[in-house]
Amino acid sequence: MATTPVPRSQPRNPMNVLRWSLPLAVFAVIVAFLFVGLFRDPREVPSPLIDKPAPAFSLVKLHKPGERLTNVDMRGQVWLLNVWASWCVSCRVEHPLLVDLSKANIVPVIGLAYKDKPEDGLAWLASNGDPYRMSIVDRDGRVGIDFGVYGVPETFVIDKQGIIRYKQIGPLTADALDRTILPLVRELQRS
Amino acid sequence: MIRRLLAALWLAAAPAFADDVLDARLKSLETQLRCLVCQNQTLAESEAPLAADLRNEVRELAQSGKSDDDIRAYLVARYGDFVLYKPPVKPVTYLLWFGPFLLLAGGLAVWLLVLRQRGRMKRQENEDLGLPASVEADVDVARARELLDD
Repeated sequence: MATTPVPRSQPRNPMNVLRWSLPLAVFAVIVAFLFVGLFRDPREVPSPLIDKPAPAFSLVKLHKPGERLTNVDMRGQVWLLNVWASWCVSCRVEHPLLVDLSKANIVPVIGLAYKDKPEDGLAWLASNGDPYRMSIVDRDGRVGIDFGVYGVPETFVIDKQGIIRYKQIGPLTADALDRTILPLVRELQRS
Repeated sequence: MIRRLLAALWLAAAPAFADDVLDARLKSLETQLRCLVCQNQTLAESEAPLAADLRNEVRELAQSGKSDDDIRAYLVARYGDFVLYKPPVKPVTYLLWFGPFLLLAGGLAVWLLVLRQRGRMKRQENEDLGLPASVEADVDVARARELLDD
């Protein structure tokens, strides 16, 4: 009764290697993409404004409500625009760094008081220290929208020609300042 | 008199009607736009303060006669393509748009190759068994025949 299996002919099959290597390769690519994705912050949306002229603005100064600052006033120097608000919790995290930066006197920092009551902003600066060359008031957040602000704090590096060169989303860190922002500022100041 | 009354009614109702049209248009536009603060919500649903500001901005642009495309371009210029739930077709997004079709074509190609391979193997088998190459009979039948020949 026992049947001896007839040995099936196994024609040479060049597809045999592909049969397991192709799915494995596809799998490896998917794993690689997902792995890289693990370490990326989905909240950091790259700004389309990088290397574009900073949007035009004309805003009253926080400390001198009778005067205005426009984007043209800042031409010819490298400067930072730091978007802050008294209601912004993580602004407190970066604030000491800004205070230190202002003492080092490397680059002027303009504060954009974003959707904040001027009196609240003034009180906040009085109690936390004012690192800004000046702050300007964006009461209704219009200028913020033009700058593509969506999460305060944000910091923009703007060059002598008024071009946005870099944007930090979220609080500044010592690492971001030392490794990215300040080297960029120095490079832009030389050019 | 009645006609005049109707006219007055019409005049009173027309702006409300126009508002409804605008509201419907904004609603449909805002459901295609992403809120940047709560990233998985549309501009229409989100209660983030920025979303409210952007809805106002969108409304004002629409009232000033801007088209939906203008409004989308306005937001893309500030926040990037990320605000669009439907990404635009351009070189960086080709893989996103056409990748699935590429995968489908790849699958089809593999499937066809496998089919051809099987056909070739069967013909080879027939040949080994001394059967005409055209016989597409089940291998088991061929094997049975061989056993009978034994």
